[in-house]
Amino acid sequence: MHRVKVRTDMPPGHVRTPSYLRGKVGVTERVLGPFPNPENLAYGHSGTPLPLYRVRFTMAEIWGADAETPNDTLEAEIYAHWLEPADAA
Amino acid sequence: MPHDHADHLSPSGHPYRPDDDHPLSYWQTLEIAVRELLVEKEITTAADIAEQIDAMDARNPTMGAQVVARYWTEPEFATALLADGAKATREMGFDIGPMKLIALPNRPDLHNIVVCTLCSCYPRNLLGLPPDWYKSRAYRSRTVREPRKVLAEFGVTLPESTEVRVHDSTADMRYIVIPNRPARTEGLDQAALAALVTRDSMIGTGIARTP
Repeated sequence: MHRVKVRTDMPPGHVRTPSYLRGKVGVTERVLGPFPNPENLAYGHSGTPLPLYRVRFTMAEIWGADAETPNDTLEAEIYAHWLEPADAA
Repeated sequence: MPHDHADHLSPSGHPYRPDDDHPLSYWQTLEIAVRELLVEKEITTAADIAEQIDAMDARNPTMGAQVVARYWTEPEFATALLADGAKATREMGFDIGPMKLIALPNRPDLHNIVVCTLCSCYPRNLLGLPPDWYKSRAYRSRTVREPRKVLAEFGVTLPESTEVRVHDSTADMRYIVIPNRPARTEGLDQAALAALVTRDSMIGTGIARTP
């Protein structure tokens, strides 16, 4: 498990990183893929193959003090180019 | 009066659904044009298309229920399903195509629930077409924000000691929840066990029935 941070960018176009997770820190649960980058596929390109990480976040990390139950968790699939090491952030 | 349409209500008191007398949308027109061209060029036939629609409609949650019943009763299958869900279910005849499948086993201290906030990703090879509420903005936005409240509305109230884990199906994976096996089911065979597995228990908005 590695601590990772989701990039905070808000680029236009077809992006499969939910905005509510951008800038949030989680741990990698497993690595999948490589899968073709959907941000290229959506526009008719072949799509660079990228690793896909399942990242686990706590509800406290995502929603802060408004979390329904802070220790509950959420997992989502995030493409490698959307992640950076959390310690570098 | 049975044929009195003046009040636009059916005999049961509900309004009649209006006829869809509106022009085709751009996308409907495009779909018809492409379909007719494919048939005209003999790339496919109208019968093939109807057959595919039938195959889609034939898939239903009893397929996923068979997978869960095997998981409960065959330790080797359980291991194979966790290692490669797509392969294990393909071998049962439930081909997921190019997608991958991840099985999410519940435990007494862990409850899994699946949502696709971006669209409506769903394991159709195991559960058939998704219910309308799964695609609704309310389910998609609230499940990541207040999963316990959503679960309570489905009749599932969990103790604080049970962790709720939401899975946002954002990319190439599809998910099936493996509900906890109900108590007092030791003597049941796989068919009887599968009958306890509801669609909602495999989405995570429900739990398996007790016999």
